[in-house]
Formats: sequence, structure tokens, C-alpha cells
Amino acid sequence: MTASEKTSPDPVLVRARDVHKAYGDHEVLKGIDMDVRVGETVVILGPSGSGKSTFLRCINHLEAMQKGSILVGEEQVGYVWRNGTLYRATPSQIARQRRGIGMVFQQFNLYPHMTVLQNIVEAPVGVYGEKRSEAEAYAHMLLKRVGLSEKANAYPRQLSGGQQQRVAIARALAIRPRLMLFDEPTSALDPELVGEVLATMRDLAQSGLTMIVVTHEISFAREAADRVIFMDGGRIVEEGPPGRVLVNPSHPRTRAFLNRVI
Amino acid sequence: MAAINPSGSAMVADPSAGRDVALAVSPANHVRRGLTAIVLLLALHMAWLIVANEAFQWHVVFNWLFDPSVMQGLMVTLGLTVVAMVLGTVIGLVLAICRLSGSRIASGFAGLYIWFFRGTPMLVQLIFWYNLATLFPEIAITIPFGPRLIGWDTNALITPLTAAIVGLALNEAAYMAEIIRAGLISVDPGQNEAAQAFGMTRQRALRRIIIPQAMRSIIPPTGNQLISMIKGTSLVSVIAMNDLLYSVQAIYNRTFEIIPLLMVAVVWYLFVTSILNVGQSYIEAYYARGDRRGEVRPATVPDPEPA
Repeated sequence: MTASEKTSPDPVLVRARDVHKAYGDHEVLKGIDMDVRVGETVVILGPSGSGKSTFLRCINHLEAMQKGSILVGEEQVGYVWRNGTLYRATPSQIARQRRGIGMVFQQFNLYPHMTVLQNIVEAPVGVYGEKRSEAEAYAHMLLKRVGLSEKANAYPRQLSGGQQQRVAIARALAIRPRLMLFDEPTSALDPELVGEVLATMRDLAQSGLTMIVVTHEISFAREAADRVIFMDGGRIVEEGPPGRVLVNPSHPRTRAFLNRVI
Repeated sequence: MAAINPSGSAMVADPSAGRDVALAVSPANHVRRGLTAIVLLLALHMAWLIVANEAFQWHVVFNWLFDPSVMQGLMVTLGLTVVAMVLGTVIGLVLAICRLSGSRIASGFAGLYIWFFRGTPMLVQLIFWYNLATLFPEIAITIPFGPRLIGWDTNALITPLTAAIVGLALNEAAYMAEIIRAGLISVDPGQNEAAQAFGMTRQRALRRIIIPQAMRSIIPPTGNQLISMIKGTSLVSVIAMNDLLYSVQAIYNRTFEIIPLLMVAVVWYLFVTSILNVGQSYIEAYYARGDRRGEVRPATVPDPEPA
């Protein structure tokens, strides 16, 4: 039994309510409310230190929050609701809850001692018990999709940053996620390599995958986002369709930020 | 990625544009050549002094080199080294994980263990284990402060062999714990995050992701430890364990050919450590895979990037 009592199909995949997080005295998140619908691409913008990455990492419980709740589907990652009590989940429960949530990191975090193919099939085979042959076939398909078919046997360090990040995207897709989290996926890339990664992400957004993207790339927000959320000082300052938030922002903070970035 | 075509280093025809560096040669360094010659000469002379020295009694060395009792001593040394090293590494791994764990009790215990075993002489520890019976005449499994379930006579349990294994392994564990801990924290924390985000348990992340990467910095100091362990086993001769050193001592106590028999031990110790050195370089090469940036990358055209 999970927390949800609703029986009607709910198009909301991620539901965050009043999320608070502090490191010691420093409050990073001061009450975030956010709904992300199935198939939606939500881009979170905001200056450094606005808490956007921290919020993203709370969604799959890489960071623990201190107050509030985040539901992903029926699960509250990191917690188990049983017999009227909310228990902190055990590590193996958390591992199971993270199934279906793919994540792409700023620093790629590919496993350097494994080839591209091994990187991609590691979780499907080792964690989710897929058959190796099937996982490898799917991995080859994903590599084709991100345009790196010939790199299956390369090691990450033999690839450019952009190629590594595309492998990281393929690795995240290999667990057949229903939600993808992107944590500043292009911030560690040389400028000329940003385009290839954003192109891959645009394709994904169009394919109907649910995506939450923390980024500084206004162009990506403009072209691929269904909704843009602007965060500042641990709060959501403004949100709406990119056509409005990016072109005609209502909040002075958003305006100041956009002026500086563009 | 723009790569310079290696075959395209065209000759610079016009000297006014400078000269092609491909034609450059190193100038003769006479000081360096002279020093090299002197050092070689000194080394050669040193070798001659040893080989030609009657006092070393090389014929005696060769007489005893493959003597059955020496071979048996060598086997004991090797066996002790392997068993103590394996046990020490396993216990060390557990200690390292305890030390890095969030639990204060676990990391405190590991810290205390390391403090004690690194802080006392190996020789004292060995003698201590050998004489354990004087402290605890019986070793028993009991419920703490409660009834005793099963017990053994310590004197029957602690032979020179078990004392040697326990002493060497527990001491080694303290050093291996620190080596492994250093290796584990050398791995980028992003690796652990990625493993977690992909649903791996802590155990699986350690086994598949963290430890294989930590091995790169664990192997070299472990090779060091292994070599000092081989020589360290010679300490067990004090508790009447017939290792390599003990066996040559037993011979020269009869024949008084002290130096040649010590040379027998020296030759075997050097032989074994040399083999280990070779083995270590192979293991290092294995764990360096994925780090051979220049070697594997073929000098081909950069792959076509999708727009």
C-alpha cells in the first residue's frame, strides 16, 4: 500500500510540496511546490546558489530534504509509508525506489574503468536483472540514437566531453526511465560541444519522455521546454511557458537574470 | 576534435622560415657520459669484489641453495606470506569500510585497532600471541558476561604456526586498512553518486564501481607491503617457526658457515621479490585500463558529430 488514495489516472508524475532543505544554518530550499506532468519537459533556470540543483537531487533522494514531500508516481523516494507511519527507507528500499528515474550529471560520472557498452548495461544487468544479450542489444540501439554507434568499445577517457555526456544520457535511458533528471548537463563542456548534447536532449523531449532539466542554456529552454521555472534564493520566483517567462518575464529577478545571461 | 595529421609534417624548404625540428639532434653531453662511465666502472668493481671474494664462499652457497631443508623453509615463508597477506587484506578491507562508515562506533573501533597494531612492534605482537596462554588459558565462545558455550585449551590452539599467522595477519590488517581507505577516498565522489542514482546498493557500488577504481592507488603500496611481509615473516623465527631464515640459521649453527648461508637466504628473498615486482607491474597495467588515453585512440579522422 502506498500513500496515494486516488484511483483516477493522474497525469502528474512528480509532485513536490513545501520542500525545505538547509546545510547547517544555510537555507538552500525555502518551500518549493512543483508539479511535473507525464511527458512534460520542465527547465529550471536560476543563478548559481539558487538551489535548483539541490532540488533536483532531492527528487531521487541523492540529497535528503528536511521538510515537505516529493512524490514520484506513487513513491516518496527515501521514505516508506506503512501502517500510518512514515519510515526512512533502508538503502536497499531506496535503491529499488530509484528504479525508473534516470539521471545525467554535470561531470558525466561515467565509470572510467568500463567501456561505453559496459557503462550502459551495468545497471540494467547488474541491478535490474535484465539478460545481458538483451541489455546489450538495447544499449547498441541507444548508442545509435545518441549518434555514437562506433564507440561501444571505447573507454570514456577516449571520448570528447560531448561524447561522454551523450553516453551518460544513453546510460540513463538504458534503465527505461519514466523520469529523467538532468543536472546542468552542459556546464562542464567546451562551448563547441554543447550543441551535440542539447540536440540529443531535444530529441528526447520530443519523444515524450518526462524530463526535469537544470541548466543555464536559455536556448534549450526556449526550444524544448514545455514550462520554464525560475528559481532564486531557494524559492520559485516565476514559472510558465517559455514564450512568456523568457520573453516577457514579470518578476524583476527573472528579468535581471535573463539580461545577464543572454 | 582537431588532430594534427602526423604524416603531414612537410619539409620546410625555405631556410628563412626556420629549419624543420624533425632534423634536430641532441648535443653531446660529455659530463653526463663521463659520470655514467665512472658509475658503471664502480658498480662493476663492486660486483667483482663480491663475486671474487673468497670469504663469501660461493661454492658453499650453491651447495646449500637447493637443500631440502632450505626449500622447506622457503615454502613456509611463502605460505605464511600468502595466508597472512590474504587474511590481512580481508580484515583491512573491513576495517577501512568501518573507518569510512557513518557509524561512530564502527569507525572508532577501526581507529582503535589501527592505533594499537601500528603502534606496537611486530616482534612484541608475535611473542604476545605465542604466549597467549599465560593471559587466557582457555579460549571460549560465551555470551558476554553469561554462560560459556564452547571452549578450547589455548596451548593446544596456539602453535608456532597459528601464532605466526594471527600475529602477521592482524598486524598487516592495520596497514592494509589505511592503504585501502586511502584508495577508497581517492575515487571521485561523483562515482558513488552515479552508482546510487542507478539503484546500486552500497555493497554493489563498492564492488563494481569504487574498489576497481581504488585499486589503482591501492596496488603500489600493497606491493610494498607484500615485499615487507616476505621479509617480515623472518621475525617468526623467534617463535621457533621454521621459515627460510630459521632453516638457514639451523644449518649454520651446525656448520658455522654463517655468511654463505645468509647469502642463500638473501638469494631466495631477492628471487621471490623480483617475481613479485614483475607481477605487480602486470596488475597495475590491468587496473590502468580505461586510462590509456593516447595508446588506444586511433589516429583517424574525428568521428562525424551530429549537428
